[in-house]
Amino acid sequence: MNARRDPVAHAILLLGVILFVAPLWLVLVASTQDSATIARGDLSLLPGDGGFTAYARVLKGPVPRMLLISLGMALAIAIGKIVISVLSAFAIAFFKFPGRRVAFWLIFITLMLPVEVRIIPTYSVMSDLGLINTFTGLWLPLIASATATLLFRQVFIAIPDELVEAARMDGAGPLRFLWDIVLPVSGANIAALFVILFIYGWNQYLWPLLVATNPKLDTIVIGIVKMIAVETETDWSAVMATAVLALLPPVVVVVLMQRWFVAGLTEGEK
Amino acid sequence: MAMLEVTGVRKNFGETEVLRQIDLSLASGEMLVIVGASGCGKSTLLRIVAGLENPSTGRIMLDGRDITSVDPAARDIAMVFQNYALYPHMTVFDNMAYGLRIRGLSRDDIAHRVREAAGLLGLFDFLGRKPRQLSGGQRQRVAMGRAIVREPKLFLFDEPLSNLDATLRVRTRAEIRRLQRRLGVTSLYVTHDQVEAMTLGDRLLVLHQGRPAQLATPMEVFEHPADTYVAGFIGAPAMNFLPARLTQNGGSARLDAGPLLHFIDGRRAGNEGTALTIGIRPEHIQLVPNGVPLRIDLIEPLGSETLVHGRLAAPGETSLVIRLAGKAPEGEILTIGFPPEHIHVFDAETGLRFH
Repeated sequence: MNARRDPVAHAILLLGVILFVAPLWLVLVASTQDSATIARGDLSLLPGDGGFTAYARVLKGPVPRMLLISLGMALAIAIGKIVISVLSAFAIAFFKFPGRRVAFWLIFITLMLPVEVRIIPTYSVMSDLGLINTFTGLWLPLIASATATLLFRQVFIAIPDELVEAARMDGAGPLRFLWDIVLPVSGANIAALFVILFIYGWNQYLWPLLVATNPKLDTIVIGIVKMIAVETETDWSAVMATAVLALLPPVVVVVLMQRWFVAGLTEGEK
Repeated sequence: MAMLEVTGVRKNFGETEVLRQIDLSLASGEMLVIVGASGCGKSTLLRIVAGLENPSTGRIMLDGRDITSVDPAARDIAMVFQNYALYPHMTVFDNMAYGLRIRGLSRDDIAHRVREAAGLLGLFDFLGRKPRQLSGGQRQRVAMGRAIVREPKLFLFDEPLSNLDATLRVRTRAEIRRLQRRLGVTSLYVTHDQVEAMTLGDRLLVLHQGRPAQLATPMEVFEHPADTYVAGFIGAPAMNFLPARLTQNGGSARLDAGPLLHFIDGRRAGNEGTALTIGIRPEHIQLVPNGVPLRIDLIEPLGSETLVHGRLAAPGETSLVIRLAGKAPEGEILTIGFPPEHIHVFDAETGLRFH
């Protein structure tokens, strides 16, 4: 169907695009304008004459460090979650052991508990381990993932039994089978999940706020909020510039990984 | 000397008996085909030999070594799977080389063996391709190649042709046989297709509900089926069965449909009136002037021959299939005869061949 011939559909789609793009555009525009202008509420829809000065300003401050902390945390969470859930899903999907069902249901049940419910006990555990105000404390409790485990389990049980048996006859032990067969075959799924988990990690707010009070461990998300907190003197163009900078890494991850996993999907691996 | 010996193998899945008492012995270089309807346990038997499944009881010896509880990888057995089970992310070369790499062969050795197998199978130009870039027949050959490079003591084939189209199946069937002879590897081949079974096997094992119904050469199975199941399973179209009774001196059978058939291969020891099943293949039924009348249901012309489906008038309206050379005669009724030299005599109660 050609959307050009259907003005109504075309209009709806355009509206959708505007809805998505407008806030981003506003952030971009605001980052180039004078803070006082923004504070007055006279936000123009065209770029101001500040250019990239706001960016230069924030990059001299703590923002680069915050970006690094966020990047480290998001990577650790994404990779940690993938490693742990691949291993647990591998166990559940390919091995028969006593308590397999119980293990599966326990993992399943944790899906129903949102992070907020277990945040106090988690904090207490981290505190006992002496991990409050450490980088490890930022990501460690977040790497267990019921969702990813279940997802990988589905992917793994879709691997044909004959493939598993062929590998057994070829002499591949469990870990070798995981590394040589299971991981490459699930490559596209891992890439897709990595994107989702990276963004999840990048956007973490509540947990970093609780566990790390040391400003040196501020993530970029928390950094932005702290910049706004001082109501009267908010440097709005700096905030907006920081927001734009905070946007970039997830975008880069999506773009890079998208190419990878779309290739994986269209080549029809299975 | 026996290469593979399967002794007293049984398999239960919970309450269900899948295999009951299987005894087999394969000579070196022999190809034995296990044939049976789906669910007869033939795949289970193959998987037990492969080590992918454990027998409930019984023993498996390969080349004098007890492998009953040996890990599949250490059994020196290679298997060709029904769906080929190629590793989708590896090239043809890597698919064949994988097992050898795990076994720690040197790079040169691996390359040599893979190239040799690829040459044998006509896969030389495809070594760098991935399975998805190959046709079904090529994939099937890669699966064979993966088994060949291992240079195993025993090949297992699990319905390797069932995913190919009819023409390719016939060609590949011949190729497998040629290759197996040339390599001289002892082979166990599972199929539900009786033509494959007849053409490929040095011997056949017909499995019926987990029980070995007959173990013999293809021609022996065809000419002297051990029971009505085997008789009906091997040969297409299937053998016709007619109810009959043993006559007084055990020298002939009286068909319920009328005619008296003399046994030319000797008397049967049994009481007069013992219920019999007389089997006769469609191609052996003859058209005779004063025979039993058969009402024609359906005529299937196959070109060089014709299949006629029909029913005997009475009693029981037994349906029969006749295979005639050339065209079917005109009319709605045929009169047919049963040449005594071609009949098979079975005990109606047990289904076993009546000697």
